[in-house]
Amino acid sequence: MTEPRKAVALISGGLDSMLAARLMRDQGIHVEGINFFTGFCVEGHTHAIRSSKQDKPKRNNALWSAEQVGIKLHIVDVIDEYKDVVINPKHGYGTHLNPCLDCKGFMVRKAREWMEQNGFDFIVTGEVIGQRPMSQRRDTMPVVARESGAYDRLLRPLCAKLLPETLPEREGWVDREKLLDFSGRNRKPQIALAASFGFTEFSQPAGGCCFLTDENYTVRLNDLWTNRRTKNYELDDILLLKIGRHLRPRPNFKLIVGREEGENNFLNGYRRDFTHLFAVSHAGPLALVDGIANDTDLDFAARLLARFGQGRGADKVTVEIHARGAAARTLDVVPLHPDEIPESWYL
Amino acid sequence: MSHHELDARRLLCPLPVIRTQNRMQDLVPGDTLEVICTDPGALYDIPAWCRMFGHEVINTQQTREEVRITLRVGATSDKP
Repeated sequence: MTEPRKAVALISGGLDSMLAARLMRDQGIHVEGINFFTGFCVEGHTHAIRSSKQDKPKRNNALWSAEQVGIKLHIVDVIDEYKDVVINPKHGYGTHLNPCLDCKGFMVRKAREWMEQNGFDFIVTGEVIGQRPMSQRRDTMPVVARESGAYDRLLRPLCAKLLPETLPEREGWVDREKLLDFSGRNRKPQIALAASFGFTEFSQPAGGCCFLTDENYTVRLNDLWTNRRTKNYELDDILLLKIGRHLRPRPNFKLIVGREEGENNFLNGYRRDFTHLFAVSHAGPLALVDGIANDTDLDFAARLLARFGQGRGADKVTVEIHARGAAARTLDVVPLHPDEIPESWYL
Repeated sequence: MSHHELDARRLLCPLPVIRTQNRMQDLVPGDTLEVICTDPGALYDIPAWCRMFGHEVINTQQTREEVRITLRVGATSDKP
């Protein structure tokens, strides 16, 4: 008996990649999943942090969907390598800071390298022609195949019938007739196929699975780059952009204010790394100070912070300020009135 | 057989899984690994990853601050 051919499937945690992997399994292919963690992935993080999302399962959808399909999933940390994709995208950005075409090329290239290192035969993605305006178009799909170095070892089972034959089809490893011809943004065919497989629960994030497609998030990232005067980031930077209210009352610093218990707990983990402040006379959030703030700035930050706690209507709120490298001090402040907080401060 | 510990506190999903996955590659069948996390999502993700790769979850503990998951390395390889 011959060994089955092996495919590595890019698993995002969304429905399409789940379906593509399942279609390959049904053709007798040995499929293993791969998921790349860039730091910008929507799955998991914010759901895990925010207490108000307790109703949502706190799970990684890529792992969950791979388990539904019955395949192994290898999760690969590409945080550092991915920076160049975000900072210098050869094909530019989409509507926001989403470098979708470069991103897809990068991920397929990483999958191709993994395939070669592990003796696999081809790569599978859940791409559908016309599904995404940048990376999933008839004219850009060949770009991904070419620039990733995958060429005809890249198979897109959900729309393969609309594309030229690939190596797995020509060699008879998979039956082209059993592949699909999905196209466009209509999700009904995918939903129907999911139902036929018995998949009753799956993730379909509206903007895809990446924070870089989110307008609010990219405003914060642009602000970070502008105010640091460098287009770079560390993992903690991009994680913190997902959390809390961000207010920039002065060019030299911004405040990150927890919105609820889960976020405050998460921000608590950064207390050693940031100047931070919190009210001690009333219940309220923790705020981190990102940037360089002098005592006058911190006094003002205390008034701003007091606005977001239970003491917002009080005459006086006592705030404890822990500046990095200095002893903690307490300060009685009058909370800012809403009229004193311009919309432009909110990032 | 030996016992090991992995500090994955302050890491958010899927980083605790990635660190666990990488650490388990250095261990041998029968070894145990206690993973300490602050992301409660690890309670779902690490056991799911273990089921895929044939490792055993032998204990989980959750407090308000953290989650501790103890795993026993299975006989199958994490490699493809």
